[in-house]
Amino acid sequence: MIDRTELWSVIIGLGIGSFALRFAFTGLVGDRQLPVWLMRHLRYTAVGILPAIIAPAVLWPAATQGDFDLPRVSAALVTLTLGLVWKNVVGSIIGGIATLYALQILLN
Amino acid sequence: MAYTSLKSAYHAGIRDSAPFMLVIAPFAMLFGVLATEAGLSVFETLTFSIVVIAGAAQFTALQLMTEEAPTLVVLASALAVNLRMAMYSASLTPHIGAASLWQRAIAAYFTVDQSYAVSITKYETAPEMSPQEKIAYFFGTVTPVCPLWWIFTLVGAIVGEAIPASFALDFAVPITFLAIVAPALRTRAHIGAAITAAFLSLLLFSVPFNLGILLAGMGGMMVGARIEAMTDEGAQ
Repeated sequence: MIDRTELWSVIIGLGIGSFALRFAFTGLVGDRQLPVWLMRHLRYTAVGILPAIIAPAVLWPAATQGDFDLPRVSAALVTLTLGLVWKNVVGSIIGGIATLYALQILLN
Repeated sequence: MAYTSLKSAYHAGIRDSAPFMLVIAPFAMLFGVLATEAGLSVFETLTFSIVVIAGAAQFTALQLMTEEAPTLVVLASALAVNLRMAMYSASLTPHIGAASLWQRAIAAYFTVDQSYAVSITKYETAPEMSPQEKIAYFFGTVTPVCPLWWIFTLVGAIVGEAIPASFALDFAVPITFLAIVAPALRTRAHIGAAITAAFLSLLLFSVPFNLGILLAGMGGMMVGARIEAMTDEGAQ
């Protein structure tokens, strides 16, 4: 169960922080150019943080107490492949979840 | 005259971002379902989407809170996911920086992946637009997308309250993130960043407070930036 103090701290903190990030330049910096190295790092935030969250969650899922789980790993591979080839986010999610449930039913 | 051109810029924005409605609705619904499955009330879930209005960061925060990560780590990781918003803000500034402060503040709240991507593409292909037309266009791109995020979060939350908690939805967040990341792996730099981050995250798994995720993400960003710099130098 998520602690209520933590939940509201996260909602409010994340709300303020996200607005600050979005307002940082349009609101405060004006028309000045940002340093190239900074823009270069910001470009890779999503492809940096998200895989860092995904990798352990796929290989050592909390729901299986960290044990390797064939349906989850297969679902992840299907989603990744669909996403790479098809580039359709919602379609890839549906494909991945279908794989997960199909294998969970087959292997049980 | 000016009124007509602003109105047509606004309508053009709506038209150009309308296709994203097909993506936003199920995505928002998934957040609503998962948040209520994680124990949030309908009110808490909807407030989350209205206050934060950032899909990937909301999913990140939800995932880490269910893993019982400390509040500061949850905030830092979710904000790190949202760092790209600062990049959007920086690249929109030359186009809408001349608008009034309150317009810029409202635009900042509504700066999301879709409104940014559609607007910046338009600004680059139509440099003759006036600053007022550009901001009208921006608010047009927001109109089909952002209200749907709130509405379908609510729909998902109501649906989620009806789904029994035993339904194994723990894996929906990793799957969602994979589906988001895969199409973003366009260049060697993006691929290098993603692979580095994934490996580092596994290596640093035992670092306390889930800080390994943040460190791995930063490592991935540095590798991506480095590969891009080397590619640029090679091209020159």
